[in-house]
Amino acid sequence: MTTARIPLLHRYANPAAFGRLSSQILPWTAGVSAILLGLGLYFGLFASPPDYQQGNTVRIMYVHVPAAIMSEVVYGLMAAAAAAGIIWKHALADLFVKAAAPLGAAFTFICLVAGSLWGKPMWGAWWVWDARLTSELVLFFLYLGYLALVDAFDDPQRGLRAGAILVLVGVVDLPIIKFSVDWWNTLHQPASLITMSGPKMDKSMLLPLFLMIGGFTTFFITVVLMRLESELLARRIRAWRTASGDE
Amino acid sequence: MNDFQTFFAMGGYGAYVWPAYGLTALAFIAMLGWTVTTLKARRREEQGLSAAGRARRGRREAKS
Amino acid sequence: MSAAFALFLHDLKLQFRHGSDLVAPLAFFVLAVLMVPLGVGPEPNLLARLAPGMLWITALLATLLALDRLFQRDFEDGTLDLLALSPMPLELTVLAKVAAHWVTTGLPFMVIAPILGVMLHLDGNSFLALEISLLIGTPVLSMIGAFGAAVTLGARRGGALLALLVLPLYVPILIFATSAIAAAGEGLSPRPHLLLLASFFAGGIVLVPFAAAAALRNALE
Repeated sequence: MTTARIPLLHRYANPAAFGRLSSQILPWTAGVSAILLGLGLYFGLFASPPDYQQGNTVRIMYVHVPAAIMSEVVYGLMAAAAAAGIIWKHALADLFVKAAAPLGAAFTFICLVAGSLWGKPMWGAWWVWDARLTSELVLFFLYLGYLALVDAFDDPQRGLRAGAILVLVGVVDLPIIKFSVDWWNTLHQPASLITMSGPKMDKSMLLPLFLMIGGFTTFFITVVLMRLESELLARRIRAWRTASGDE
Repeated sequence: MNDFQTFFAMGGYGAYVWPAYGLTALAFIAMLGWTVTTLKARRREEQGLSAAGRARRGRREAKS
Repeated sequence: MSAAFALFLHDLKLQFRHGSDLVAPLAFFVLAVLMVPLGVGPEPNLLARLAPGMLWITALLATLLALDRLFQRDFEDGTLDLLALSPMPLELTVLAKVAAHWVTTGLPFMVIAPILGVMLHLDGNSFLALEISLLIGTPVLSMIGAFGAAVTLGARRGGALLALLVLPLYVPILIFATSAIAAAGEGLSPRPHLLLLASFFAGGIVLVPFAAAAALRNALE
């Protein structure tokens, strides 16, 4: 441990210390998540009305929109963490990017499939090159690219750093991609009456939507904390294996 | 029973609404399940390795 | 500055020495475009509508073909280490290599593209827009591609990974280039689309060298 490049090891980069901290937070986030998701499901599936135009398919919005929001928020968080990792060289920052990525990819996937299932009854096709769906698809590949890159290096630290740079380039390009896809979409398709963002929101629809958004967010926090501890442990395990190999 | 069937049919859109929710549920279960399984396995492995490491250090110190 | 130019010339000479490196992307480009009428039928109106997209898609893919060797050779034989240690900033090295890559891929495309456009029944009004979009756009492809090559340097399966990383980033360029050409074909002005492409060029020239150099340093440490 003699080169200046070693990341500044904050107390919580120690998996045991991190585990103690997260075990205090986790029950709360998990509990709140379960409650919000449960209530969201109840209101989304039972206690809210079908839409005037779209009927019961509007209920798909209660999973599609939260997933869409999470897919973008998670990428933003990953970019912020990647920047923090490069600027302050904090081990937790780089590992957060890796911990969050599969979750963001999963949310993007949910958004795409739910969007497709919403699109079929509405627009008659399983896939439509709607601007939002197309951008989501590109975002999905940005996630996949990160996941593939970070695991493609024999040296994990190198992989984390390459991945961090990739995420930063991706986050700069993401608004450009969305702008270009939106622009391309208006160029090639007539304006549709029914948009993916749903009808004008009645209060009875806002409630399940916000409940589900809250549920998705707290679920993410819960799982990412666990994944972060898991990554820290993996790093510690590698260190142990290297040390015992030196014997 | 009829009430449930009506509810399940979702006004004819049941074939779309239920798979959407079902896939979401599956994805959540997969995210949570895979994370918890890996975490527990790694905790066990780390404990094993650090115990072995402490034992080795103990032997080395005993020898010197 | 002259060191960067020297590097640029040196890379070019290397490319021309290994002639096959030059021919492969070009041959791929021509063949891929020739596949289009074979795949969709020779009906002129259909080909004309597909032409801007097909020309640009094959330009994209052929650029990818030449990319993974951008840094690989220098990485393997230690030249890249020396370049990183030299007084010339690594960012400038990246620019020199991007320029050499473009001369051997983008520039030749600009030369054959009109011929292929004719074969695809591209609308007569579109040819100028085609050339300008290639002139502005293909350097951006080389720049973004160089970033991809830098960030996958030292990774396993770097070649396949490169395409996965770089293609999503290519989407805006593809969209604006093809709509410039299509707009010109319909008698509309391609200027707004081309100006947007130019802004990508300007942004890329400034930002990409830093991102690519950071990725190179990561691979070299």
